[in-house]
Amino acid sequence: MKLKRLAETARPVIAFVLDGQPASALAGDTLLTAILANSDHVRRSEFDGGNRAGFCWMGACQDCWVTVEGAGRQRACTTYIAADMRIVRS
Amino acid sequence: MTDVAIVGAGPAGTRAAEVLVRAGLRPVVIDEAPDSGGRIYQRPPRGFTRTDKTLYGFEAAKARALHAAFDALRPHIEFRPETLVWNIRQNILFTSHAGDMGEVPFGHALLCTGATDRIVPLPGWTLPGVTSLGGSQIALKAQGCAIGHRVAFVGTGPLLWLVAYQYARAGATVAAVVDTTAFTTKLRAMPGLLRGGATFAKGFYYVGWLRAHGVPIIEGATPLAILGSEAVDGLRIRTSGSEQQIACDAVALGWGLKPETQLADLAGVPFAFNAAQRAFLPQQDASGATANPSIFLAGDGARIAGADVAELAGARGAWAIVAARGLAVDHGEVTRLDAALARHGAFRSALDAAFPFPARLAATMPDETILCRCESVTAGELRATARAGTTLPAAEVNRAKALSRIGMGRCQGRLCSPPAAEVLAAALACPLESVGRLRGQPPVKPIPIMPRSPGSAP
Repeated sequence: MKLKRLAETARPVIAFVLDGQPASALAGDTLLTAILANSDHVRRSEFDGGNRAGFCWMGACQDCWVTVEGAGRQRACTTYIAADMRIVRS
Repeated sequence: MTDVAIVGAGPAGTRAAEVLVRAGLRPVVIDEAPDSGGRIYQRPPRGFTRTDKTLYGFEAAKARALHAAFDALRPHIEFRPETLVWNIRQNILFTSHAGDMGEVPFGHALLCTGATDRIVPLPGWTLPGVTSLGGSQIALKAQGCAIGHRVAFVGTGPLLWLVAYQYARAGATVAAVVDTTAFTTKLRAMPGLLRGGATFAKGFYYVGWLRAHGVPIIEGATPLAILGSEAVDGLRIRTSGSEQQIACDAVALGWGLKPETQLADLAGVPFAFNAAQRAFLPQQDASGATANPSIFLAGDGARIAGADVAELAGARGAWAIVAARGLAVDHGEVTRLDAALARHGAFRSALDAAFPFPARLAATMPDETILCRCESVTAGELRATARAGTTLPAAEVNRAKALSRIGMGRCQGRLCSPPAAEVLAAALACPLESVGRLRGQPPVKPIPIMPRSPGSAP
């Protein structure tokens, strides 16, 4: 899945790091949006190994947790991106 | 001790705070989000520029009024944003904020916890590209994104049409709207729906607009599977005996909403089976009072009835608390609220009839369907717990949870509990209510657990 940006595209660009690779997002993106604008998944299921990309976008399903260096495990859909954040997917 | 705590700063929580402040109280208002508004009137992050009209459509004036009401209350309340209430016990709310744990002792609490989408898992629903219907709306409203380039909307209810319309208006390609409810079912509910007046007219407008703009609309359909191996590449459905495939790279799923009742459960509020919503719901009287004299409920977190009713119920619940605290009550206002709530009740019954939960679709899902996406437990594994020959076969959902781990994952059964109850009841050939409901467990959502030396800062 790749998101399609339809509106609010004039926001400042924010550089971050996804699994060691440079990536870019827009100010006000959640980690979920930032990751899915650059890639097709946010995590891998520990139980079936399948790729996951969240589901509910509202902090209910708990299927979008990622690791942010220095901040520990974060729920991607309710955490906002910040400059130079280093996100590690499981 | 806090006199009154409100959990949730959406339509119900905002109007409740307004009443309490008017009565001379200073409530603590707690919300997981960074700002007020709840989900329906969620405010976009700073720096976003779309107008209220673009974000909230017909509801722009209501959204503006609610946001303005909350902003005006800010000096008179204690607002705690980005704070999760993860447990409630003996008049204490247990909170988590930015990794810090806290306790909020209270005299009375009004739980305005809102709702999540009601889902029927389909084969392939864990693939990247599949979201809840509400999730697809948040992507657009709060992030300016469509969940994909060709999006199919699957489910039933007013939100299905609204979100498909919002996507098409925003320039997304809507591959199809697939409604599991037949047109004839909606037609039968028409007399009751007409009571909804403007709400009904808006729904009609969205459907008409989508048709006029050539969006494929399929009613009375059975969704069979979401296709793809690493990502979505299609949707297979059945309509009147024949199967068809819809090309799409994203699917939004939603069959109405279900209340977030976990905190009411942990507070010891008794539940009763509601046949129309096919769920156990916390018991409350018309004012929002419960069997626990300290706990009151309002909004979609208690009964799904939408934002307009939530505003009324929030105010009504707050007046009930004002009365319970022995403060002066505006009886004229309470009479007006009661009358307005009663009028909405009739429309709600018609909506339940017009957009029924597809119980059969849930009960007959293929064995290999992942039912619990947290731990990848399949429908077949749940059915096996009910089979004779199993040690102590599951006659109700909590036993089935112990045997299969269904509902034991990180989401605490938020997503899987309604379809799991349907699957188990069908496997046991018993009525839905006799399989019971999953007991709530703290924490209601994951909280950070970190090792810490005695006396050190967290």
